[in-house]
Amino acid sequence: MTLNKIKILKTLVWIGCLIPLGRLIYGAATNDLGADATATITFATGLATLRILTLSLAVTPVRRLIPAVGWIGPLRKTLGLFAFFYATLHLATYVALYAGFDVNAMAADIAKRRYITIGVAAWLLLLPLAATSTNWAIRKMGGKRWKRLHKLVYVAAVFGVIHYWWQVKSGVLTPIGITVVLAVLLLARPVLDWNQRRKMAARAA
Amino acid sequence: MLIGKPSDIPSSEITSKEQYDRYFNRRRFLRSAVSGAVAAGAAALGAERLAEVISPSIGALAGTKLQTVKSPLTTSGEELTSLKDLTNYNNFYEFGVDKGQPVMNAGALPTRPWTLRVEGLVKKPKTFDIDTLLSMRPLEDRVYRHRCVEAWSMVIPWVGYSLSELINAFDPLPSAKYVQFLSYFDKKVEKWWSESTILWPYSEGLRMDEAMHPLTLLTFGLYGEVLPNQNGAPVRVVIPWKYGFKSAKSIVAIRFLDKQPSTSWNQQSEREYGFYSNVNPNVDHPRWSQKTERRIGQPFYAQRRTTLMFNGYGEQVASLYNGMDLKKNF
Repeated sequence: MTLNKIKILKTLVWIGCLIPLGRLIYGAATNDLGADATATITFATGLATLRILTLSLAVTPVRRLIPAVGWIGPLRKTLGLFAFFYATLHLATYVALYAGFDVNAMAADIAKRRYITIGVAAWLLLLPLAATSTNWAIRKMGGKRWKRLHKLVYVAAVFGVIHYWWQVKSGVLTPIGITVVLAVLLLARPVLDWNQRRKMAARAA
Repeated sequence: MLIGKPSDIPSSEITSKEQYDRYFNRRRFLRSAVSGAVAAGAAALGAERLAEVISPSIGALAGTKLQTVKSPLTTSGEELTSLKDLTNYNNFYEFGVDKGQPVMNAGALPTRPWTLRVEGLVKKPKTFDIDTLLSMRPLEDRVYRHRCVEAWSMVIPWVGYSLSELINAFDPLPSAKYVQFLSYFDKKVEKWWSESTILWPYSEGLRMDEAMHPLTLLTFGLYGEVLPNQNGAPVRVVIPWKYGFKSAKSIVAIRFLDKQPSTSWNQQSEREYGFYSNVNPNVDHPRWSQKTERRIGQPFYAQRRTTLMFNGYGEQVASLYNGMDLKKNF
């Protein structure tokens, strides 16, 4: 029963996560990627990364708030890997369409432009998480170490949102939505912890 | 005199058939109709005679045809950006910060009646009706490259006449050293104003000699028709050698000043947007390189091209900046 539910939900998550890519491929095939195709691809892959990464961070607080949906835990991995997938496409867009594979230009950009520096840093933080996403890696590393490593996802998400802010024109407030959502999700953890401690203390008393 | 090298672009890359026919048939027609009356000579044409040619329709709206003449100050050898891209991809923050928003929202802009105040250090301040402005001088077809500070570019067939022709009509005082352009602003109409932290109304400015340069265009149309609202209807300026944000849209006032006016993007971030903002591949934006640009409307693998000093208009305008350090005065 639960197994079926998670299977159905996982399928839906797969479909949902593939929509941004599908739209880009369809747009490229029909020459309909908007006026500035390069910018469309860059923005779509970047936004998909941030949205999916944020969703992956929502799984745990939701499980804690609503114990009845505790079975959605495995979605974290699916969402996390999709976030890494789009982050990689986003980085590839920069490498191919902005830097034109010019290594010197990329080195200069990374050194000079802070939004690129922090963007690359965010991708580098996601890389070991994606690499250790298998059950084998968890066993090999041991749950404790694995968990500690995967705390990096919070840093990556924060870097990602800073990257968004530093990249938009100054005075533009578009990234505010995702920032608020991420802030809520980050705050949810200490708040839930505090609430749990309070309840336990009450029970003990 | 043609601006730019006709050989810049291979013939295989030239305008789509439909666009070509539309644009050049009209021009061929005009050539026979107006037989060689062009910019220099055109100034001599009296406003009375022009009134017959132009017959400005009261309440003219976007899409209305304008009677135009050829101009020697046009850029050749570039594929024109399609009307669809010109009108669906706009920075017009009063109608939303996303480039797809102005086409949906700018319909609210009341372009008639419309007046333009000429004020400040000028002998006779005056308020012009938009239709008077339209019929003051012959409207010229001028293709210009358009380079946005965000590193994308277009090629746009504007319609208008040199701003200098308007300025010459009313003797600014010798103390006037700068010109400021103020855009229409009404929070009730432009409800999207709060999406950014720009100080409204939108303000831009030029040094007097820049404003008097014949390339600086007082603009009323594109593709031979009245400006669509999202492109800055009913009247705007276009300064082709500067980043696009210098070319203020939907202007309600031109003000002559003795000192440099404060301008919107410069106020927003002095470090990023200089007062001059001449297109300059050697001065990076703090966050991105200005060495190259993405041409709008091309497929993603073919967009990238080299950015030219003064957007390729150096031969015409470089002398304005003789002796100036353009890295410091960016």
